Formats: sequence, C-alpha cells, structure tokens
Amino acid sequence: MKIAKQYTKEMQGYRLHVLPSNKYKTISIVVKLKSVLSKETITKRALLPNVLQKATASYPSSRQLQGALEDLYGTGLSADAAKKGESHILTFRMEVVNDRYLKEEGSLLEKALHILHEVLYHPEKEEGGFLTAVFEREKETLRQRINSVKDDKMSYANIRLMDHMCEGEAYGVHAHGDSEDLESLSNEDLFTYYKDMIEKDDMDVYITGDIPREEVEELSDRYFSRESEQASGEGWQASDKQIETPREVIEHEEMSQGKLHIGFRTHTLFGEEDYYPLQVFNGIFGGFPSSKLFMNVREKHSLAYYAASRFESHKGLLFVFSGIDPNDYEQAKTIILDQKEAIETGEFTEEEVDEAKQQIIHQLKETMEHPYGLVEILYHQQLSGKSISADELFERLEQVTRKDVIRIAKKIQLDTIYFLTSKEKGDS
Amino acid sequence: MDRREFEHINETVYEEKMDNGLQVFLLSKPEMVKTYGIFTTNYGSIDQTFTPLGKEEEVTVPEGIAHFLEHKLFEKEDRDVFQDFTKLGASANAFTSFTKTAYLFSATSNIYENVSTLVDFVQDPYFSEASVEKEKGIINQEIRMYDDQPDWRGFFGTIGSLYHRHPVKVDIAGTVDSIQNITKDDLYMCYETFYHPSNMVLFIAGNIDAEEMMDYIRENQNNKTFPEAPEINRKFPREPLSAFKSEDSIEMAVSTPKAFVGLKENVKHLSGDELLRSELFADMLLEYYFSTSGKYYDELYQKGLIDDSFHFETEWEREFGFTILGGDSRDPGAFLKRLKSMLHKIKEETISDEDFARMKRKKIGEFMRSLNSLEFIANQYTHYHMLGINLFDVLPVIESLKKEEMETFVERWIEDSRLTSFQVKPKQ
Repeated sequence: MKIAKQYTKEMQGYRLHVLPSNKYKTISIVVKLKSVLSKETITKRALLPNVLQKATASYPSSRQLQGALEDLYGTGLSADAAKKGESHILTFRMEVVNDRYLKEEGSLLEKALHILHEVLYHPEKEEGGFLTAVFEREKETLRQRINSVKDDKMSYANIRLMDHMCEGEAYGVHAHGDSEDLESLSNEDLFTYYKDMIEKDDMDVYITGDIPREEVEELSDRYFSRESEQASGEGWQASDKQIETPREVIEHEEMSQGKLHIGFRTHTLFGEEDYYPLQVFNGIFGGFPSSKLFMNVREKHSLAYYAASRFESHKGLLFVFSGIDPNDYEQAKTIILDQKEAIETGEFTEEEVDEAKQQIIHQLKETMEHPYGLVEILYHQQLSGKSISADELFERLEQVTRKDVIRIAKKIQLDTIYFLTSKEKGDS
Repeated sequence: MDRREFEHINETVYEEKMDNGLQVFLLSKPEMVKTYGIFTTNYGSIDQTFTPLGKEEEVTVPEGIAHFLEHKLFEKEDRDVFQDFTKLGASANAFTSFTKTAYLFSATSNIYENVSTLVDFVQDPYFSEASVEKEKGIINQEIRMYDDQPDWRGFFGTIGSLYHRHPVKVDIAGTVDSIQNITKDDLYMCYETFYHPSNMVLFIAGNIDAEEMMDYIRENQNNKTFPEAPEINRKFPREPLSAFKSEDSIEMAVSTPKAFVGLKENVKHLSGDELLRSELFADMLLEYYFSTSGKYYDELYQKGLIDDSFHFETEWEREFGFTILGGDSRDPGAFLKRLKSMLHKIKEETISDEDFARMKRKKIGEFMRSLNSLEFIANQYTHYHMLGINLFDVLPVIESLKKEEMETFVERWIEDSRLTSFQVKPKQ
C-alpha cells in the first residue's frame, strides 16, 4: 500500500500535489505557505489569515464573501497559522461538494477555486493597505485573543511551558503573536508584508477527491500560478540543545485543577533513523489508553482523568500533560518520571512493543483516510525532505526492537517540569 | 436482513432486528481502509427516575450515574477492556450524552474480533465496590477539568437557567458530591434496566461484507440469553414551558466576560418528522442570521460586541430542546440586549426566495460533507433512528422544505417567556 497515489508537479511558482480518491463525496483543496519562524513576522502572520478571509476585490465584505461560498452549497473555507519546528505555515483549506452528487449545472470546483484565488491574491485594497475597517477590526480580534489566552488553562499551561523551555529559541515565539508588536503594527506594514509573503513564501497546493488529474492541473494552473522562484520545499532546521540540569517551575492562577506539563528533548527529527523507535517509545510511554502513563497515573492511582504524551517532530520535543489535584503534585510528578525511567531500564514486555506498533500503524492508516489528515502526513514529508511510502513506513516501525526503545528512552532528556496550580495550596 | 438503498447518495444500509430485540445496521464501504463500530444504549444523564427491571417501585438514582457506568463498563474482574482493543490494534472510546451512552472502536485490522470485543464487553458487566471507589478519584478530576472551562460553565449555566427541574439541567458527569453516593448495586440496577438489547442499537460501517457481518452478529447474539424486558418506564418531572430564570450569572477567573442567550424550545407532542423539520428550520435560520454571512452577526461583529468565539447550537430531543447563542464579549450588557432584540425581530423579517434557496443549498452541502465521515454516519444514523427518523431521508426532507412552512415555524419559534441570558463575569 502506498500512502496515497500522489502526483507532484512543479507548477509556475508552486508545487501541485494531486491525490485522486473515490472515497469522498467532496473535493478538498489545501494551500500551504511556509516561511521561517521568527518573532519579527509572527504577529503579522497570525493576523493575515483572518484579514484575507474578510474582503476580496470581487467580494469586498465578509458577508459577500461568505455569501458566495454559501451559494456553492456552503463550501467550507478556513485558514490558520501554525508552527512546525522552526518553520511557520499558513494553511488555507477548502472543501467543496463533488458535482456528481448534486442536481446542479456548472463546475462548483472551478467557482470555489476562483474564490480561493481571490482570497490569496486579490484582497480588497484601500490607500496602500487592506480595508481600514477590516484591518482595525481584525487587529482588535487578535488583541482580544492574546488577552484571553489564560482562559483556557490547558493551552495556557502549554504556552508557559514553551516560554520557559524554549526561551531564546525561535520555537519559543507565540503562534498567536505578540501584543506589543500588534499595537505598533500599521495597515501599510501589514500590506507590505503580505505582498512579500504571497510572492516569496514556499507554496504547496494539495487537491484530493474523485476528479481527473488533467482537470485538476488545468484548473490549478489557472488559479494558483504566480511569479516567483521555487524553493526546495524543505523546512528550516530547528536548533537543539543538551540539557545539563532540568528545571522545575511552579506558577499560580485562580483555578480548581492543577495542570502538570512536562517537556523533554528527543534530539530526534521526522524521518531520521531514531524517529521510528521514538514513535514506539511514545506509544509505550503515553500515546494511548494502554500506555504506562494512563495505566499508572489514572488507572492505578486514580490521580487524573487524563495523563498522556505526544511529540513534536520538527523541533524534537516530547510533552507529557495531566490534570491533577493541586495536592497531588509530588506524587504525580514522581509517577510520571518513574514511567520514563522504567522504559530506560527495560521494564516493558515484547508484547507492549508489539501493541504500540500496531496502535501506531492503525492510527496512521486512520489519519491517511481523512483528506486533511493525509495532506498533513504528506506535508510532514515535504518539510523534512524525506519521502517514504506507507509500506516502508510501516516496515520501519515493525523493525523497531526492544533495544531501540531503551536506547531512545535514554536519549530523551528531561528539560522542564511545569506546574500551573491554584493560588492557595490545598485549596481544592 | 433488509437492504435499503439510497440512490441519490450512492449508499446502501443493511438492517436487522435480532430475536432479543437488538437493532443492527451495517454500511459496507469497501473503498475504505477503516471500520468503525458504535454500540449505543438509549440511556443518558436525564434518565434518573425509572422503574428498575423486574421491580414495581420507581427509583431516583444519583446524578451522573449513566456516565459513571460508562467508565466502569471498561473494567472487568481480570483486565481493562482498552487492553483488549489494543491487542487487536484498534482504538476504543465511549461517551455519555443527555440521552445516550455509546461505546465505539475504530480498526483497520481484525474486524470480526473487534466487533465481538465491543459487543461482548458491553453485554458482560463486572462491578465491584473497590473498583467503584477507585473510579471516584478519576471522575472527580474529570469534573474539575470542566469546572475550569468557562465555556462549559456558560453552557450549563444557560441550560440551568432555562429548566426549572428537568434533569437536563444537571451536568452529565454529575457533581463531586453526587457521585460519592454511587454504589455497585446502583450500577447493576441501571445496567439491567437500560442495557437490555431491545433498548440498544449497533452500527458497523466501513470495510465489511454486510451479509457475513450480519451472520456473525446474529450468531453472537443467539449464544446469549437475556430476560424478557417490558418497555422501560421513565419518569420526568413536569416542566413548565417558560424559562426558569430570565437572567443569571457566575463569577470566575476569566480575562474576557462571556455572555449567552438561551431559548427553551417547545418540543411537546412533536412527531419524529416534526422534530427533524423544526431542528432543520432552527438551524437554517440561525445560520442565516448569525453565521459569518449573516446580517445580525455582521452588525454584532462590526460593533465589537462579539469576536470570532461567537457560536450557536440548537438541540431538539423528545424530552427537551434548547438553542444557545453567545461567546466572549467586551460589553456583555449591550451584547445581550441587542441579541435578544434581534431574536425577537426575526418574526418581522422577510426572507427572499433566492435567500431561502441558498439556505437550503448550504444545508445540503454541509450534509454531503458530513457523509465523508464514517463516524458521522454511524452516530447520526443511530441518533435519528432513536427519534424515529432515517438519516438518509434527511437530504430529501431538506430538498422538500418550503418557505411558507418556515414562516409558520418562525411565528411560534421565539417568545420572551422562553428566553434567558447568562453571563460568566470576571472575578473581581
């Protein structure tokens, strides 16, 4: 089995990836724009997806633009910005119903692509910038989002862990931007940056659905072509560091449950030799409900509802997160760290290794079956510059041994233990 | 086994009622790699007062017991069922809603074993005092996690202000206090009453051969014995049509205030078809006025009374129904006032034929997009079946909707006496 039939073609100013599939009643289009992650541009890049979705030359208001999408059977359009290692990626996603299931004349896909083309290339302009009203309103929305980041305690604890762990590293910048940079940002500055971005960002377009490849290429050529140099497609190599002494940070907020988040360095990136043992390690450690973290923190000691781990594969980080009673901090921390040590000293069975592999393979197959999930997996490969078929990927996982898992467990270093907890200890 | 073809969307559903009363549905999609199974009982958090199987007297059980039972069904005398699915390379989960408890798996291999694992573990309970006590710590942390989420508190605060005494106003997981009283005997009593096959639906969708799968399930069921079960007698308190309170609020540690308007829907005496049509109209009208293309959304957004956290939902069940709109607001007082007057004004608005056609197109597109997901099909098919509706008939129903019918709906939809407002205020 291949990951998917994928036809990649260098087009004028971007790479087109066509993924034919008869599984869906829709056609999905994903556009990825990539640049280097930096504090200097992050605030603008956090703001742009929202500004671009508000007004275009042909649809100069949000209502008109959204109305046009609704006319196309409520075609979905969304955009977001995210860090992948030390690259920053803007993603535009569109999903349109395949004409063959509708009593409709004319190509919905073409009309939808025309709208996406407008959103990307023809924002409505005014006095050298975006529409002032749109700019001001979206600035206010982002300001509000930055201000209320504390309201979601789980994501706030993640952000604080990153602040401490990746201080001074590019990865430490906040994905939603910086409030001071936002205050001083002018409409003209944003527009200048937009022009730079739309011309120079590395661009990949993915189209999946039940539609002939030739038709996709022809439509794509019409709506995505741009005058720009083609980059290699690879992301920027992220910085790494050895940890001499792990840090422990405790902070207080008004809350009822404590959030225990622990960060590790894996020194392992997507597609490297150790990437496969890392996945199996994570499966045994905290990736699933059968993993050591869930079984010990939750099932054995009843300390938490959730206790899990996940890894970031373009920076080389691994995180544990759990919600616990503020009084159980020491106990939960000890149990979590003990689980990692147990893997280092080989306290796990061949069966656990095997089960972890099967879980990972199942999860990958499941993700590949979802159009957006498939695109994310393929884009990981694009970023790492390492292309691998599904068969090869599964084989590499199958080949991982107990010894490999022990080795990677020892390679993974504890970096920061972060605990966000209630204001008064024992107030629970 | 009966076979129902839905030509317009190119799907076929196989169905059979087993001798013990279990309703089974199968959807074969050989082009998919994945298979998804969900086993649902018509039993949720609102089913607190009932006559237990084989008894004469009604009982009222502690709040949160359906959810507690869901947790405990995974634990057997000698093992945790999550491990069984893990060994089969599948992932499993479960959820409890107001009206249902469901157990599910997703697998890409060992499909028959996964189906029997699902059916067998749900049909073979094991509860002990020790394991019931152990679970209380875990569920306490689950409840506390939700306690720290302002949106969840806003949602339940609004429902609590709409309903005088109906159990829909109680959090699905119960409270830290209410779950302390749950015993092993309570769990067995609820289990025997509500987990009888005649009160349950099994749906398997994906890479299966329908005929063989039905034989397999039939044999599994024929090998088990269940007592005769009369129709379950459930009791709900008499609930006035009007909202319990016209306004209420809580204080918690949020940076931005949150505000919601709730509408208590009048679901009394509605047939399945009427419920579906009402839910469709309510949803289409909310989309029309309050989605990003809507004129009311536009006004609220331009005035800075809402931001992109604004959302709405409408839920229509046999025993209750509600619509909730709201989100973050810098000026919650002004926002609530304006939102309420907008809701009242809907009655006086007119919708053009063109706009009505667009509303229908949007709904059709949204429905078609959802059909990409096996989870959506299986979950919604089960949900609608329990309301006496067929999921795949929803599309022709949307196509058949008339503007005049919607105008009649709007006449009775919103009344001041059924409205409430709820605020989450920043703690001083």
